[in-house]
Parts: sequence; C-alpha cells; structure tokens
Amino acid sequence: MAYITKSVFLRFSPEVVDTPIVYCLAHDFQLIPNIIKADINPQKQGYIVMTLSGDEDDYCRGIDYLKEKGLEVEALVDRISWDEKTCTQCGACTAVCPSRALTIKRPQMSVEFDGSKCIVCNMCIQACPVGAVKLDI
Amino acid sequence: MVKKTYEEINEKIKRGTAVVVTAEEVIDIAAAEGIKKAAEKIDVVTTGTFGIMCSSGAFLNFWHTKPKMKMAHVWLNDVAAYGGIAAVDAYIGAAEVIEGDPCNNNHPGHFRYGGGHVIEDLIAGKEIRLRADAYGTDCYPLRKLEKTITINDLRDAFMFNPRNSYQNYNVGVNCSDKTVYTYMGILKPHCANAHYSSSGQLSPLINDPYYRTIGIGTRIFLGGGEGYVAWPGTQHAPNDPRSENGVPLGGAGTLAVIGDMKQMNSRYVRGVSITGYGVSLMVGIGVPIPILDEEILEFTTIKDQDIFAPICDYGILYPAGEKCDIGSVSYAELKTGEIEFQGKKIRTAPLSSYTMAQEIAGSLKGWINQGKFLLGQPSQLLPTDEKRGQL
Ligand code: SF4
Ligand code: SF4
Repeated sequence: MAYITKSVFLRFSPEVVDTPIVYCLAHDFQLIPNIIKADINPQKQGYIVMTLSGDEDDYCRGIDYLKEKGLEVEALVDRISWDEKTCTQCGACTAVCPSRALTIKRPQMSVEFDGSKCIVCNMCIQACPVGAVKLDI
Repeated sequence: MVKKTYEEINEKIKRGTAVVVTAEEVIDIAAAEGIKKAAEKIDVVTTGTFGIMCSSGAFLNFWHTKPKMKMAHVWLNDVAAYGGIAAVDAYIGAAEVIEGDPCNNNHPGHFRYGGGHVIEDLIAGKEIRLRADAYGTDCYPLRKLEKTITINDLRDAFMFNPRNSYQNYNVGVNCSDKTVYTYMGILKPHCANAHYSSSGQLSPLINDPYYRTIGIGTRIFLGGGEGYVAWPGTQHAPNDPRSENGVPLGGAGTLAVIGDMKQMNSRYVRGVSITGYGVSLMVGIGVPIPILDEEILEFTTIKDQDIFAPICDYGILYPAGEKCDIGSVSYAELKTGEIEFQGKKIRTAPLSSYTMAQEIAGSLKGWINQGKFLLGQPSQLLPTDEKRGQL
C-alpha cells in the first residue's frame, strides 16, 4: 500500500454537475480531496483542480470512477515552479518537502529545486513566506 | 597587547588601508596566524543576518495637506497604520494584516498582504494607496484624504524596528500529534522536523557576545542602507545563561535599529506571509565589529560548532507559556540538514538565509573597503545586566 498525493484536473459537462463527486471520492474511495481551483460557467460546464491523497489503489479506482461518470480527467504533472529571483534562500521549505525536490546545497547553503522529484504536494507553497514557489495551472 | 581606537580605525578606512574581513573569513585567519597576529592585522570584522523580524515597522511623514489635516486613522494599501501621533505622521507595523483578511478563520490562513509588504513596496518604489480620515479641528479642517503615493512623495520615511537581530534563537519542534503553523514555520507532529533561525557564526551579536563594541550609535547595514543601533531591543535579556565561550544558550541580546528607508533596497527588506501565523518582515542587518583588542578578535572567531541553541516544543509547551526548552543542539549539526533528537533522526531547515547573511557581511566589508562607511562609536554600550519580569 503506497500513500500518495496527486493533483488532477477535472472537466465536467452539465450532465454530471449534480453528481456529488467530491463526496464519493472521500466516502467510497477513502481519498482526501483538496480543491485548489474550481469554476463553473452559466451553461453548467466547469472544472476542478484538486489534490487527492490516499492509497494508490484507491486513487486508481477513484479516477476510473470519475471517467465512468463522464468527467474528463487529466493528471497534472510538473506544475510547481520555483522563481529563483523571488526566493530569499531562507530554506523554510526544505524540511517539509517530502520528496526532497527542494533542498539545500551544502556547504554553500543555497536552495535548489529539482522539478523531476516534485510530487506536487503543495507543502512548499504553504511554507514559503515570499511566494517563490507557485502552482502553474 | 593590541590596542586600537575607533579614531585610528576610521583613519585607516579613510586612507583605504583598513583590513576588513567577514566573520567567516576571520576564523581561518586566526587559526593560521594566531589571535595576537590576527588582532594586529585585522581592523574590522563584518557580520550579517537576514531573517524574519516581526518587531519591525516604519515612521512615515506624508507632508502637510492643503487644507491641513490631523490624520486620525491611516491606511496604506488597506493596511492600517497607527495615526495617533502628530498631524501627518504615522507608524506602520510589519505585523499588521490587511483589512478584511479572513486571518485564521479558515485555518491555516494565508495572510497574503500586510504591513511588511507595504514597507517592501515602499522601498521598491511602488505606488501605494494612502487613505486617511480625521475628525477635523479649527487648525486642521480636512477630514478625508485619498491619494496614490510612492516613497518619493513622503517627506520622511525611516524604519524603526524595536526588536531585531536576536543574539541566538530557539529551534522549533512540535511534540504534539497535529501539525502546527507557527512563526517558526510548519512543524510536523511528533517532532518530525526542526526549524532554526540564526546565521550562527555570522550573526552580529554572537560575534560580540558581551556587547563590547555594540551600543547606541553603532553604524550598521540596515536593509541595504546605512542605519544605526538606536537602543537595546525590547526583551533584551543579557542575563540569559551562557556557555563557557560567552555565547548565550537562548535569545539573550536584541537590537532596536533605525535607518532611512529612502536609502534601502527591497532585496534586503521583504514582506512575508507566514501560513497560519500572520504577516511580517524579513530584514537584512550587518554590524561591523571594530577589533579594538585581542579579546574582541577572539570572540569573532566563534564557529557554528561552538554555538548551541535550545530546542523548544512549539506544539504544547511554548503556546502554554511553559518552559519549553527540551534539548540543545549546535548550529554545525543543524546545518547538516539532519539532527538526532529523542533517539530518532529528524530533518532540519533554517528560516533565516545563510547565503543572504554572507552577502550582507560581504557588502558591508565592501563599503568599508571603499571608504564609504565609517564606524560609529557608540555613546553607550548595550547593557550586559538586566532584570527580567513576566506579566
Ligand atoms: S510540491 Fe513542493 S513540497 Fe511538495 S514535493 Fe513539490 S517541491 Fe516538494
Ligand atoms: S521557503 Fe521560499 S524563499 Fe525560502 S528557500 Fe524555499 S522557495 Fe526560497
């Protein structure tokens, strides 16, 4: 059993707008949904960007369920961007980054970002005091 | 015995012959040449720190309006400044949150904008929306004002930070079983991570632990401009326990600093948003230490491995106001990125930027080498003894 956090982009049509998908993901698949961005237009078409945390198998079953319901599902990758110019090199993001994508180079003590290691868990966004890490959507 | 005076060192700086090194460089020089030789050769050791310093703010004067106004309430980009001082003066505090912010109603709050950001934006030369109201008097009839200003439109803008540059600081861990969002960053339950906030061997007051050269009138690097130590900082606590080398084992000394914001550079003054906690300001400070004798030089050779910080529990004990000190660790260990605590390895991260601290100590060294920056002789040194109290 591997515990994972993944970000997904869901686009839905008017037919599925009344389906309580977030509730089902939590209740039927024990996934923890965290909505990052969402919008719905007057024609009842819309999108949701969210992270889903939980067991990897549950995550796969949850995604299948969404597809069955007719939602367009896209897994989001490499969406964290790090702006070296804004970064103060404080290091506050480095101990909370679970995948060591944000690290301190020693002995220089400079901060580096390796996007290929990032699992888009968003911890650094909460930890960074100057908004140097951003979610690119 | 080496003996130098401020006047002698300043003469050398003016002639361009002063020997200036950073608090990192002095370590190897003293190890190679010995304390006495190093003290003879070196005239100034520069220090630096760059971190979040909540007790910061700025006095602003907006010029008199026409007709005149005695501003009672003042807002800058919707952040309230204190208007309870004379007509067109105000004080904006770094920790003031923008009006209408949901704060921690939806915990943890984001705190996107506040006083610290206003100060950074002013220094960066950005436009700021000024709003003020007043009750009106015979001599100051105007009751409302709204206009866009930049720092150039201000008559005066000086930073006055009541408490900056702690001599040493706590290492934050969280012994509770839920994540806490603190001014020491995001601390995961069961002590899964540890955050520290000091530039250690580069930190100003660590390099002059008994304040033999630092006091009221010491000229410093403040936010990229020239500033001064104005007073001992609030909560200055020189009586905190110390290790044998004189370095305090806890916060101890602090500085109240002052400086002209029009000279500053927003690279060294950054507004910050601390998730779940609030807004604040990152400030860059560098203090030059004149090498008046061997003892002062010897103090500046302090190394990270000989500086110890208390490990404090921010999950249960600190918020409760209890004694929160549950361990001790050196900066050399903290800087490796991992420490052993309560039998397990935990990850560490700094909150204050070591590379920026190096840059500040290096800039200050450059200013002195170019003869642009002379040492200010303090008219009174920081107190080394003070009673402490608790409400
Ligand atoms: S989102 Fe941030 S904290 Fe999470 S893995 Fe990526 S870089 Fe690390
Ligand atoms: S917390 Fe932000 S400013 Fe600090 S090192 Fe990480 S990205 Fe840079």
